[in-house]
Amino acid sequence: MTSFSRHALTGLWLLVLAVVLTALKPLLPPVLDRLPVWHPIWSHYLDTWFDWLQNDLGLIHVTRLAASGLGFLIDVAANLLYGKARWPRLEAIPWSTVAALAAVAGYYLGGWRLALLAGGTFTWCALMGQWKWTMETMSVIVIAAPFGFLIGLLLGIWSWKSSRVESVLRPVLAVLQTLPFFTYLLPAVIFFKVGPTAASVATIVYAIPPMILMTAVGLKKVSSDVVEAGKMSGCTRWQMLTRVYLPAARTEILIGLNQVIMLSLAMVVLTAFIGMPGLGAKLLAMMNSFKLGRSVEIGITIVLLAVTLDRLSKALVVKQPEHFEKGTPWWIRHQAWLVAGGVFVFFTALGRMVPFFNEVSRSQSLSVGSEIDDVMKAVLDWDPIQAVTGFLRYFFNVWVLVPTENALLYVPTFGLIAAITGFCWLMGGARPAIIGFVFFTAVAVLGWWDRAMLTLHSTVTATLLAVIIGMPLAIWASRSEKATRRMIYVCDTAQTFPSFIYLLPAIMLFGITPVTVILAILIYTMVPVVRYTIEGLRGVPAEMTEAADMSGATRWQKLVNVQLPLAMPTIAVGLNQALMFSFFMVIIAAFIGTRDLGQEMQRTLAGTDLGKNFTLGFSVVLMAITFDVAINAWAEKKRKLLGL
Amino acid sequence: MDKKTPVISCRNVWKLFGPDPKQFLATLKPDASYENIRAQGYIAGVHNVSVDVGRGEMLVIMGLSGSGKSTLVRCMGRLHEVTGGEVLIEGEDIGKLDEDALINLRRRKMGMVFQSFGLLPHRTVLENVAFPLEMRGQDRHERRARALEVIELVGLAGREDYFPRELSGGQQQRVGIARSLAIEPDIWFLDEPFSALDPLIRREMQDEFLRLQNMLEKTIVFITHDFDEALRLADRIAIMKDGAIEQCDKPDQIVLNPATSYVAKFTEEIDKARVVHAGVLARPVNGIEVTGEPVSEASTIQSLARLLISDRRKLIPVAGKSGELVGVMDRQEALDVLLGSGS
Repeated sequence: MTSFSRHALTGLWLLVLAVVLTALKPLLPPVLDRLPVWHPIWSHYLDTWFDWLQNDLGLIHVTRLAASGLGFLIDVAANLLYGKARWPRLEAIPWSTVAALAAVAGYYLGGWRLALLAGGTFTWCALMGQWKWTMETMSVIVIAAPFGFLIGLLLGIWSWKSSRVESVLRPVLAVLQTLPFFTYLLPAVIFFKVGPTAASVATIVYAIPPMILMTAVGLKKVSSDVVEAGKMSGCTRWQMLTRVYLPAARTEILIGLNQVIMLSLAMVVLTAFIGMPGLGAKLLAMMNSFKLGRSVEIGITIVLLAVTLDRLSKALVVKQPEHFEKGTPWWIRHQAWLVAGGVFVFFTALGRMVPFFNEVSRSQSLSVGSEIDDVMKAVLDWDPIQAVTGFLRYFFNVWVLVPTENALLYVPTFGLIAAITGFCWLMGGARPAIIGFVFFTAVAVLGWWDRAMLTLHSTVTATLLAVIIGMPLAIWASRSEKATRRMIYVCDTAQTFPSFIYLLPAIMLFGITPVTVILAILIYTMVPVVRYTIEGLRGVPAEMTEAADMSGATRWQKLVNVQLPLAMPTIAVGLNQALMFSFFMVIIAAFIGTRDLGQEMQRTLAGTDLGKNFTLGFSVVLMAITFDVAINAWAEKKRKLLGL
Repeated sequence: MDKKTPVISCRNVWKLFGPDPKQFLATLKPDASYENIRAQGYIAGVHNVSVDVGRGEMLVIMGLSGSGKSTLVRCMGRLHEVTGGEVLIEGEDIGKLDEDALINLRRRKMGMVFQSFGLLPHRTVLENVAFPLEMRGQDRHERRARALEVIELVGLAGREDYFPRELSGGQQQRVGIARSLAIEPDIWFLDEPFSALDPLIRREMQDEFLRLQNMLEKTIVFITHDFDEALRLADRIAIMKDGAIEQCDKPDQIVLNPATSYVAKFTEEIDKARVVHAGVLARPVNGIEVTGEPVSEASTIQSLARLLISDRRKLIPVAGKSGELVGVMDRQEALDVLLGSGS
């Protein structure tokens, strides 16, 4: 207890120091207020280094070679899916065939409902006149996802085998997972050319980390009995890996695959920013020209695609091999493949004969974009709604966002660093505090301080709002079994949506304003807040709530004294994830028009300013990891105290 | 190799867990106790164990959980590397085998059954049982035939195509047993094979196991923490505590003459009459005149209870398998075993 309070005291002193520095700002020497703007220097050094890497070391040749291989594969997929004029120069597979095959896969993996979802999704894409865009997007996913899966699997195995590799990979993965996606994009463009190839490289890199982690986790979890049974059966090392470990870790590996697919989709949509055609590019273009009706249609397509891919791959995780009674004929054993083959032949032939089943032309499409636009305009212009959105916009801008932002910008650099260090100290003691101090000082030294503060302001504000709204919601939902189930279903579904989608409702309601940015982040980060709060509350052992009931606690007393304290470590994990999500989202929101790091980063995409891009990107990484470390340390400490 | 060489021979085997066990063992005093070692940051999983298992013998290792039973048996199969001492399998130090030789030895000679079965969840019963055969590269038809044979043997015929999750616990363990028998091992390790099963099934599986053992006559190391199970099955019992063997002897001797107070406490609750055989109590005849019907040396005192109480003879003759006289049993001594010595 004494050591704990001494910790707390140091943290408090640091916070006091922060306040004092802020109060004395007019008297401070300028260097304590703001460091000089050094970022051009770093950018220059980094550029020189990249130049050396690229040209003198010849890395560019390696990457260009890899790019041509990858480009070839994507072209093949593009030819088959939407008839791009590349080898093997076949005609595109008719949409009806794709939809029917998806339905067969859905039926085989999860029954009629999944068949309907999968087949329906692709039918929707075709009927809405979005087939080509969907297939452009899919052509990258079908190549990037397997690559991501394989590379992730191999790295996962490697990091499981060698603790040295693991210790190297761990920080790299932490950085990769917090790296703003604009920072993925520019190097991809420079080293792998604009377009689908760069998009797929960025996608693969983005999708790999969870695959590595899941593989390693799965392999570590294989029960020792199974391992020893394998050894006593006289397995060689190779046999152990391929026949025992990998099959036994099947579930985790397939969950990794699910993650790879979902992240691939999310990233492919975002690669619209580097000229990748497809659904993302269309959505970006439509939102840019404020054609909200069309945007909504494309948004629905992306969401449907996400849900379909997610459900299919999750069904694969759950799908267990089944045995057939002896004497089952082969055509029943291989029913699924036979049906798929039959469906392929039938619909391809049908498509040849009836053009509608081959391609839905523009005039036939059911798109009602402009009609939606009209309806939406009418609804939004309706006075009561106008009044509400207007008031919210005014209230948040004038009373919340602007004052807090100005306050944050007023704080001298070293005052803020002291505050962050103090906060980290209070959360987790010396180690997180040192990390916080070093990382935030590094942000200051990198030279984008004011923009970094704007980023920090948006993320923290939005996350706090998400907590204020999300936690009561989750607490309410966790009271009834039914509401809990529904809420978790909503969260799980929402979590599969590519982040880009979340901009849409925000723009619809508030147009292009700072409030929109906050709202977009808010919606996006609500998901983990709600999800983990429910999870935490439900994880409280029944005996404890029963004990509280029998002690005569009211609901409120039970919540405050038993459930929340025990759920806190889990809720903290959710909070942490929410913060990481909002660091991600705030960068995308650059598209709406922000003034923070993301905005600068987006600008670099047009050029070759790798150095600048990296200084900006790492400013975000440094801030994100600081919070990550501090909150995790706190959750870990609480968990230990509670003996969980 | 002559017939006398034990199949498994452990000589001063040590297994220490800790930061640098080899180094630590080298500096360890030979008489260091378990607590002593633990105080220095190490755990003695196996504490200077020497034990032999002869051909066709069944050694049952007993002890509470954490006493080192599983660790010892894993040292015998070299699933654990021993820290000190050596384990000889048919006279050969398996610690010195290279990887290929070790794999070969396991493929030819050893089978093992695990407490929680250790079945591969993605394989059918047939594929699980055929797994060791597949590993040693036997062709598909042969291994299928052999696997079906053992599946039949353990009474699972008709379930070949089921997956483990579709079977009950008892059935899953039958698969585990079948798998361990598929390669016709000479040495059979069973690590608490029945303890995850409920009592009725356990009993049934023990009977099944005895039936198999009578048919196959393998060299067996069997781990259990259930004394009744040990008594039903064992040729010899080794009782372990804190990694060391407290006593290793025939069941009768363990019950009648516990070597340490720990063993005595362990066997306190046991109904001795069920364990002790007439043959153990028989003393040489030495010219004493014997009268009346002899009892068989293989019958337990419990089964002789009625006779012991009603018979008036002071000494009762004991006969061997073929009816020859092997000695005489003091009736009072036998009654003491039956009723407790009254002290």
